[in-house]
Amino acid sequence: MSQPPLIEVRDLSVSYRFAGQQTQAIRGLSFSLQQGETLAIVGESGSGKSTLANALLGLLPGNAHIDQGELRVAGVDVAKAGERARRALRGRTVALVPQDPMVSLNPTLRVGQQIAEALQLAHRRRYPALDSEVLELLAQVGLDEPALRARQYPHELSGGMRQRVLIAIALAGDPRLIIADEPTSALDVTVQRRILDHLQRLVAERGISLLIITHDLGMACDRADRLLVMKHGELVEHASPRQVLWGSQQPYTRDLLNAAPAFVPRRRPGPPAGQAPLLRLSNVGKRFALPGQAAPFTALHDLSLDVYAGQTLAIVGESGSGKSTALRIALGLEAPSEGRVEFAGEDVTGYSWRAFRPLRRRIQLVQQNPFAALDPRFTVFDSIVEPLVSFGLLKGEALEQKARDLISRVQLPVQFLDRLPKELSGGQRQRVAIARALALEPEVLLLDEPVSALDVSVQAQILALLEALQRDLGIAYVLVSHDLAVVASMADQVLVLRRGEVVEQGAALQVLSQPQSSYTRELIAAIPGYSRSVLPVAV
Amino acid sequence: MKRYLIGRVGQALLVLWGAYTITYFILYLLPGDTLAIMLSASGMEADGLSPEDLAKARAYYGLDRGLFEQYFDLLWRAVHGDLGQSLSLGRPVTALLAERLPQTLALAGLAIVLSLLGGVGLAYLTAYLQWRPLKTALTRLPSLGFSVPVFWMGLLLIQVFAFGLGWFPATGSQGFASLVLPAVTLAIPSAAVYAQVLQRGFQGVWQEPYIATAFAKGLSRAQVQARHGLRNAALPLLTLIGLQVGNTVSGAVLVETIFSRNGVGRLAQEAVLRQDIPVVLAVVAVSAAAFVLVNLIVDLLYPWLDPRIAHTAKVS
Repeated sequence: MSQPPLIEVRDLSVSYRFAGQQTQAIRGLSFSLQQGETLAIVGESGSGKSTLANALLGLLPGNAHIDQGELRVAGVDVAKAGERARRALRGRTVALVPQDPMVSLNPTLRVGQQIAEALQLAHRRRYPALDSEVLELLAQVGLDEPALRARQYPHELSGGMRQRVLIAIALAGDPRLIIADEPTSALDVTVQRRILDHLQRLVAERGISLLIITHDLGMACDRADRLLVMKHGELVEHASPRQVLWGSQQPYTRDLLNAAPAFVPRRRPGPPAGQAPLLRLSNVGKRFALPGQAAPFTALHDLSLDVYAGQTLAIVGESGSGKSTALRIALGLEAPSEGRVEFAGEDVTGYSWRAFRPLRRRIQLVQQNPFAALDPRFTVFDSIVEPLVSFGLLKGEALEQKARDLISRVQLPVQFLDRLPKELSGGQRQRVAIARALALEPEVLLLDEPVSALDVSVQAQILALLEALQRDLGIAYVLVSHDLAVVASMADQVLVLRRGEVVEQGAALQVLSQPQSSYTRELIAAIPGYSRSVLPVAV
Repeated sequence: MKRYLIGRVGQALLVLWGAYTITYFILYLLPGDTLAIMLSASGMEADGLSPEDLAKARAYYGLDRGLFEQYFDLLWRAVHGDLGQSLSLGRPVTALLAERLPQTLALAGLAIVLSLLGGVGLAYLTAYLQWRPLKTALTRLPSLGFSVPVFWMGLLLIQVFAFGLGWFPATGSQGFASLVLPAVTLAIPSAAVYAQVLQRGFQGVWQEPYIATAFAKGLSRAQVQARHGLRNAALPLLTLIGLQVGNTVSGAVLVETIFSRNGVGRLAQEAVLRQDIPVVLAVVAVSAAAFVLVNLIVDLLYPWLDPRIAHTAKVS
């Protein structure tokens, strides 16, 4: 280690000024990173980890200010350097793999053009071998048919493919450091794993340093040589993955580790024998006609499931597996092409919108993204009572009383009724969404990825709330998730879907601990931090 | 694509027919006797003629027939390219249009070009500048642009550039110099709207993650704005241009009156006052055709500007 470190941060403090208020995003942070090393910065939202990434790239927004400290990247102090010096670093010394591949490529330019632009910058001019180098990069990041991909626009590629294109852009400038800002949190687990493996291999081959910014301690432990754990802009812990897993000294790190649902299938008694299922789908299939094609697209094929009161059925699958279609059919928003849907013994398959309406009171939905699921102009009170008002059930004082009951049911203070969604955190919003779903006292609650948009510690709280509600009210849950750890902590029954086909189905304990299909095994192995459950420590 | 085009042309014809028909019936419902207006235009009084002569004149001009009969007759001839005779000027409407239309097309064309240059230029500059006070000032400028009335702006320009500086003629329709002031007057409100929309577009686009990707490549601010910002920010503008063309036609009425130019706008204004039904109908048909044509061009340009939009059936 005779050569100077690639990154050296000393006593860095960054603050934001917004509406006359100053918020400290990073306080007195110091660390260094050697060439070829992989460092993970772990923290929840608001920990300052993304601010750090932007600061390293010299791309802090206008209202951010570096109050003190040094930020040396390859010997240049980014904190004091001018725009020209910072620009020389970007792309050629420090490259970025951004967070959400779906929105991080320019939608109006071809993929090839966007990579060529980065190559051209690195060479400082246009050169004859440009096109062939674009194709070579596309092949290196693992995209099939590079020539076709180069001509396509971002919207024609899947999320995983777009992330590979973004990695190609990052590699184009032949950088010494790649900053990966939550590189795969928007992708399916198995895709996540493949892309991270690929990125790490490419980085190792070229001796590039990797800085992974993530909220997922498990993933960080799997990937990094060293970990920095941050909380509210401060460094909480600096350790190796082994030290973290073998028992961290810092309570916050321990909390983070424990908050992530452990992959341990729970054991609970099954439904009492002889009880009729609340919701039953028998041999349900759904086909969509595609314009310009004779053969229809099969979104779902031969799906059968039973949901019992007080029990949780989990549907597991990646994007395109048909899990959303299954939910829409169960909710009566979509008519199945074949098969039957029964609710509480009543065959509702061919029901019209009007005929289905009384049943809607008994089956409710909690959506994935709590940031988008609430009307931003409705107060919490308005959102919660809307189902009651639209069914004309309660009025006046009774309605207000009911709203107060519901808000305390989801463990929020009654004063929150007057607030707007923008004043609430993600976890609080999801509680409001759950309260709204509970307003009509449903018997079945459909949970569409209820915690995937939330921080791990908040995830744990929401899962605990759902668990308590089920115990108290005896609601049946249909949980749709790609996160097997969440599924393991909640489900009684598990159903694994892949491209519309049922891969595996059965009791949670059996499916998760003795999976029969290779696909289920692949999903389990892809759980970030799965390796730690193999370690001989109880974390 | 071919099917899409045929469909769009069909829609365009429907719009033309609708505009023509609605205008016809509105004009017919207006109070006033067409024959009396025609007679007074040629310096005679309807009261001075005997009922027999009046009836004869009515029959001659086809004014004694029913509402629908006259309508179908007009429509049939319009389809065959004969827009009829002007009631007040006594000349074929097609000849009138051939004489006036080039004037208005030159004015509207120049105004559209100027408004795009001005509007896009202003918004582009606003997005590029980083010095807060100037940026804020430029952001406020468009609202000033469309809150000032066209006639007042026209008079102001005449006062300054024609009477004060003497650079351009105040009125008339001869030569390019006479076109400048009217075109600028007509362009200002549209330019203000374009600038406003594009400024908003840039504000939104600067927040997009792909802009961060572009910066992280090492592109300069100017490069990011030109290659990644402009095209994405300009998407809403295209629809707006299609709609603003309609305003340009009605704006031409005012501007041509202020600068006393012999264009279609003034023709329309005079024709409405004299209840000259064939002329009004022809002007409405022409401006509707222009509107429909520009919007068709806009829709055809869309997929080129935004590859996510396709007019052909697409398989996901």
